[in-house]
Amino acid sequence: MVSQVSTQLVLAAKAGPELPSVDDFLPDPILFQGTPFAINRIILIRIVATIVLLLVMCITAKRAKLVPGRWQGLIETLLEFVRDNIVYQVMGEERGRRYVPMITTLFFTIFVFNLCGIIPGMNMAATATVTMPLVFALWTFVQYWIAACREKGFLQYLRGELMPPGVPLPIDIILGPINLLEALIIRPFSLTVRLFANMIAGHLLVATCLAFTQFYLIEASNWAVKPVGVLWLLGGFAFVCFEMFVAALQAYVFSILSTVYINQSYPEVE
Amino acid sequence: MDIITLAEVAGNISVLGYGVAAIGPGIGMGILVGKALESTARQPEVAGRIQTLMFIGLALIELLGLLGFVAFVMTM
Repeated sequence: MVSQVSTQLVLAAKAGPELPSVDDFLPDPILFQGTPFAINRIILIRIVATIVLLLVMCITAKRAKLVPGRWQGLIETLLEFVRDNIVYQVMGEERGRRYVPMITTLFFTIFVFNLCGIIPGMNMAATATVTMPLVFALWTFVQYWIAACREKGFLQYLRGELMPPGVPLPIDIILGPINLLEALIIRPFSLTVRLFANMIAGHLLVATCLAFTQFYLIEASNWAVKPVGVLWLLGGFAFVCFEMFVAALQAYVFSILSTVYINQSYPEVE
Repeated sequence: MDIITLAEVAGNISVLGYGVAAIGPGIGMGILVGKALESTARQPEVAGRIQTLMFIGLALIELLGLLGFVAFVMTM
């Protein structure tokens, strides 16, 4: 029964368009095969994106003028957005100053890596496998534990997490472990899953639209189905624009959640 | 296929599972954005703060839907 279904699927796949699959995210290594440093397509994209980001930022910083031009103005607007609307708004100014470089790095790296998903020739977000978001999430994880140890002390922080003040004991037995689990596992895990699942979903959407476009518009010999291909092409355009929006939104969400998690390690003020 | 079987389902049932998994987050997101708009209309002076909080909540809700998507991709 199962094999029957699968053969049917294979037959259908051969006759139909080349739909994207999970294998897109596990490409074969192209350089240094067999060593731990094997580079596949996605890692190459990450390296190129990092170099481009560094070059653009360095050149912009080097050529910075007192009266900014158009490009410098754009970069400065983005930097100010991260500083004022993400870090200072959540943490306040004197706490947040220490974390502005980290959050800025997170925001710009994730934004550029996400944008790789819609740049022609790359066509794959560099954050679309689990490793890269995991690195960013672990960075946040380490930072908020360090902040907690520095501001409250390790044991004090653990006590605050296990026994939140003002909670009666019966509820505390349930709430304490949940709090600890959240600080240890759920926060980095949710950051990771949110970013890479978004990028996988976006890639599958765009690639499906364009695969159907290719199939109906170019490969199909029947003229009656060509309008369907045009519709798929329009859908592809729409989803590419949507992906641009999602790239910015995910970078924003990741950095603002990092800021919130770090801020929760600080003792409450006011 | 005999005459009793009127419709045959082929493929993976996890597709359906993802659809079901998206219902709850969909409702939650609707409530969240609606409430955020409502409170912005009542107190426009704290609009920035409300927007930030809305995005944080949005991210948490989004994760629930994405967990369904991850389960779907893993079984594909």
